[in-house]
Amino acid sequence: MLTDKTREEARQIIARYPKARSALLPMLHLVQSEEGYVTPEGIALCAEELGLTKAEVGAVATFYTMYRRKPAGTYHVGVCTNTLCAVLGGDAILESLKDHLGIGHNETTEDGTVSLEHIECNAACDFAPVVMVNWEFYDNQTPATARELVDGCRAGTPPAPTRGASSLCTFKQMERVLAGFPDGRAGEGVQAGPPTLVGLKLAQQRGDTAPAYPDGSIPGAETKQDAQ
Amino acid sequence: MTFTPVLSAGWGDADSFTLDGYTRRGGYTALTKALSMDPDALISLVKDSGLRGRGGAGFPTGMKWGFIPQGDGKPHYLVVNADESEPGTCKDIPLMLANPHVLVEGVAIASFAIRASHAFIYVRGEVTHVVRRLQQAVADAYAAGHLGSNIGGSGYDLEVIVHVGAGAYICGEETALLDSLEGYRGQPRLRPPFPATHGLYGAPTVINNVESIASVPSIVLGGAEWFSSMGTEKSKGFTLYSLSGHVKNPGQFEGPLGLTLRQLLDLSGGMREGHTLKFWTPGGSSTPILTAEHLDVPLDYEGVSAAGSMLGTKALQCFDDTTCVVRAVLRWTEFYAHESCGKCTPCREGTYWMVQILQRLEAGEGTEEDLATLLDTCDNIFGRAFCALGDGATSPIVSGIQYFRDEFVAHMTGKGCPFDPVASTVFAGASA
Repeated sequence: MLTDKTREEARQIIARYPKARSALLPMLHLVQSEEGYVTPEGIALCAEELGLTKAEVGAVATFYTMYRRKPAGTYHVGVCTNTLCAVLGGDAILESLKDHLGIGHNETTEDGTVSLEHIECNAACDFAPVVMVNWEFYDNQTPATARELVDGCRAGTPPAPTRGASSLCTFKQMERVLAGFPDGRAGEGVQAGPPTLVGLKLAQQRGDTAPAYPDGSIPGAETKQDAQ
Repeated sequence: MTFTPVLSAGWGDADSFTLDGYTRRGGYTALTKALSMDPDALISLVKDSGLRGRGGAGFPTGMKWGFIPQGDGKPHYLVVNADESEPGTCKDIPLMLANPHVLVEGVAIASFAIRASHAFIYVRGEVTHVVRRLQQAVADAYAAGHLGSNIGGSGYDLEVIVHVGAGAYICGEETALLDSLEGYRGQPRLRPPFPATHGLYGAPTVINNVESIASVPSIVLGGAEWFSSMGTEKSKGFTLYSLSGHVKNPGQFEGPLGLTLRQLLDLSGGMREGHTLKFWTPGGSSTPILTAEHLDVPLDYEGVSAAGSMLGTKALQCFDDTTCVVRAVLRWTEFYAHESCGKCTPCREGTYWMVQILQRLEAGEGTEEDLATLLDTCDNIFGRAFCALGDGATSPIVSGIQYFRDEFVAHMTGKGCPFDPVASTVFAGASA
């Protein structure tokens, strides 16, 4: 059920933009944060607030893969099966999870805790094979670690993401962040995973730096005043 | 050769993503300097630096800025393309996770240069924590007076909006991104007119990649000569190379343009033990694959182009001798078919049929005629599709057959795939 609060928040989203219709994508994320998917009621709300027809809103909602037509699980699991992750083990991970959970692509477990899909490249190829849960990174997975991950989700005790918040939020909580209502958790988690730092560490070992700026300082070095 | 960490210099700090962490390493001093300059001088500076777009196409960034008509009385917009989705490409996401402020500072400088009072960071939706970090960085930058009204007492006003996408590779195409940002299905627009004159809301708009914009603060501090002292003749500056696949140490490496894959592999530990490089992409799946013959190709715009591919995003996906090319090409083709927006016929229909043929080939049920049909279909897509997605879809197929035709034929003669998929996994040999 969408409430007046949702409608009020939809109006807050609209107010962020020079033109109202730009708010449609975040508004659909907001609908999912309340309903777990894009409901007919959510489409109607967006249409009313933006002065569009329901068909116009539906046409947009069905174009984007993140907008769901069926409820997501509390924990929405995506296994990357684009070429690189697939070859490095993503295919085996997906097969293992389908078997373990007894569900297929775009299906949800009967208890509503876990939904599963195969996903396209999620920009973490140096951490392959990658699994996303509620679009948080679970890097360098194997079939065994992925099964433990979904078992944790089903038990309500999911492990923390590899590079993300210090604990996993629910699908609806995640969608609220994407709608532009921060949850105050940006400070949690690591700044970078080990592969992100491989090149920097190598540069440091070799004593390599970028050329100095004209004032003699090294780019990105700590400034003297603060280093003291 | 020398690595040149600029963007990545502070990533080792646990607080690299915070305002304090960035300020400690000189963050936002470039903005102060830029706001004291003439906007046209900033555009000239970026032109003179030789910075070219890091999102794949390599168009000169300063020239893009220079196309914005000035004094036209219309609002101008800056849009950052943070929709990183090209298979293999994984540089902007870790950059924004580790240091969103360098992007925010670049946004403020670039917006000032093109006289924009609104900027948008269009980030793909499938990265919750990156969205959090961007939202926080923008909020902190407002609170510190680096965004908002009268920035640094300069009289310049800028609003920055973090806009989250919803899952569509096509929105990385700049005009599709604009349609998406306006609240429509993300489908590319006919050009001309170009976004420089008719972009977001029909107004002059610059669209730049994350890495391009994040490079701007250092150019302001270092100057054009400093930036162009790195790189090669026509490919200037530093960049992020992303090494992935069957390598010992995948990750991000920041160096001048023009390094070679051999240098990066030699220095980073090479391919995994007991295996050799079979094929690789220089810049994502839309750039034709290369082989071990091309290890010494300079990774700059001209060098990779001369080798028959494209520099793209410097997404160096390395596959070893355990990998089946047909499987790899099929999977990439399935991706393009899934992501084709449906607007134009060659791409929508062509990618669909190419998947059917490749599935047949992988299953060992293909024929020589299928290979000819695939190449003919590619020929009918390339240059005839509405946008670059269609062209990109032909790259893996044409280059795959060019270098590994025998392997496609082996699937026919052997009535199936000769490779063991388990051998190519990272957990091969371990109990899974």
